[in-house]
Amino acid sequence: MTDHGPGTPFYFHTKLDQTILLGVRAKNVKQLLHGIRTVPESSIYHHTHRFLLQHQYLSPEPPNDFAYWVTEIVGNAALGERLASIDIVQFDSIAVLRERFADILESCVTSEEYRPETNHGDDFHFMASRTFVIPTPFVAHDLREFMDILGKISLNALYYHVFDAKLRLGKGENDFSRWLRDQARDDIADKIKRLDPYAQTLEGLRRRIIGLLGRDDRN
Amino acid sequence: MTGIERYESIAGKATIDELFLLARQIEGLSIQNINSTSVGGGVAEILTRMLPLMKELGVNMRWDVIRGDEKFFVITKKFHNGLHGVPVEITDDEYDHFIRVNRENAAELSFGDVVFVHDPQPVALIEKRIDLGRRWIWRCHIDFSRPDRKIWKFLHRYVSMYDAAVFSAPAFARTLPIPQVLISPSIDPLSEKNMELPETVIDSVFNKYGIDRSRPVVTQISRFDYLKDPVGVIRAYRAAKKRVDIQLVLAGGGATDDPEGPAVMEKIHEEAANDPDILVLLLPPSSDVEINALQRGSTIILQKSLREGFGLTVSEALWKGKPTIAGAVGGIPLQITHKYSGILTYSIDGTARWIKQLINEPEYATKLGQNGREHIRNNFLITRHIKDYLLLFTSLMHKGDLVYLK
Repeated sequence: MTDHGPGTPFYFHTKLDQTILLGVRAKNVKQLLHGIRTVPESSIYHHTHRFLLQHQYLSPEPPNDFAYWVTEIVGNAALGERLASIDIVQFDSIAVLRERFADILESCVTSEEYRPETNHGDDFHFMASRTFVIPTPFVAHDLREFMDILGKISLNALYYHVFDAKLRLGKGENDFSRWLRDQARDDIADKIKRLDPYAQTLEGLRRRIIGLLGRDDRN
Repeated sequence: MTGIERYESIAGKATIDELFLLARQIEGLSIQNINSTSVGGGVAEILTRMLPLMKELGVNMRWDVIRGDEKFFVITKKFHNGLHGVPVEITDDEYDHFIRVNRENAAELSFGDVVFVHDPQPVALIEKRIDLGRRWIWRCHIDFSRPDRKIWKFLHRYVSMYDAAVFSAPAFARTLPIPQVLISPSIDPLSEKNMELPETVIDSVFNKYGIDRSRPVVTQISRFDYLKDPVGVIRAYRAAKKRVDIQLVLAGGGATDDPEGPAVMEKIHEEAANDPDILVLLLPPSSDVEINALQRGSTIILQKSLREGFGLTVSEALWKGKPTIAGAVGGIPLQITHKYSGILTYSIDGTARWIKQLINEPEYATKLGQNGREHIRNNFLITRHIKDYLLLFTSLMHKGDLVYLK
């Protein structure tokens, strides 16, 4: 979706991710902090978003990878809870999100003298997502078409327009809300923007967005 | 309905549509797989299933197998064991022979636009790149978490010449000057080994081998290989059998590139010591329906591997909703979350304990199997694998973390 303005069609895209192994690993919290500070942004994005697509059948979703590893492998439940509680939806850039993780871990590293190491095989392995965006044949010219197509697109396409658009592409807002504003439908745009996409499954998110569009009396 | 469309009911139509969109990106490129065996083992199995589906998607993909003498395969088996962390000694003459066989094959093969080399056996074909160019990818299917240093040093110089390396689990990543990609293998839910079977077929296979379905059956399906620990499986069975009335089935085939098979079989028979409740089945490559039936009719599936590239038999068992106990090695922890979608163990005693536990708690065992099946549906079916390979080939033509395709 590149054009703007009333009457501009919405071009649906999808995305597919390739997982890159960075060969960087952490055996303790201090090394995890070092990794978080130095890996590319695509790695921070990978470890905070991967679970959304890989565990679609779980609800509530597991937390981000950093929180999971600190809780389950390092065995520091208190620190893990702080990392799991980061409200990712409020962040508009990965750089700021990275800082938030680093700040929490730093407070632990500086206050803890005892830093246990994990067993062999339990290291945290940093990975990154390489994202390939592909146009789909779906184009919506009005709200009715938009709602119909939303019911057909893949979860990858939904994910791209909601998660990638806002945080990875730095648009500050999901693609759906941006397009709805262009159509002078700020009312629905605001409602979609207020949804927390991290606190539900992708199918649940799809249903809610369609529900908001379906309730529109001008539709 | 074409072959690829049959997957829509399992993976969803949108997923299949995306495969077609992605396949368009590599239209006109010839992709050539090269490995060292056409039967037996996970690589041959996946390629056999994947090639027709790739063709339907419009991908020009083929598969060639290198040739080697007995000495070559003894050396490559040593490589295999050494890379899995087993102490081995390889002489300079053996390294020379390995290179010689690779060069002979390189002289005979004609190469595609993208050369996709599987495992260490054909790794030195990359020398041909100096004359030919083309795009080269090395796909490692084995457990690389603790490789023998000397063998890895030898392989490193070849692997570094490729455009990219592919590993099956995050722990296998090495220090390399080329990009490393994570791609897990997969199972085909519609293959004879994994398709739904009527109870009558399962019954007939159990009857054929004299297995009593009225008593619990614990089964390990895998190649007869020391690294699958068949002897450890028998010992775990014996320990558990003191408390629960179980039968054990050890079934699998051999691969043409594995010279150790007969020696392993001898050890197994020695350990089994004519126990009437232990059944050892050396099955021919065409036994997929029988393997499927054995898995479906079993009470518990084991995969007590000591090292493992990935351990696809775990995905097979989980897809059939079977409670599965497996060694926490290689790619197995990617497939099983302990106590949630299966059981991970580290020892014979641990395996025996969990056999008893799951026999005595069938409701819990059933729940493990159900969770396991959903995990496989989302992450380890062939449609996800095809997507990853198509992305891999596409990625060779692009740079950057975010790529917009047309």
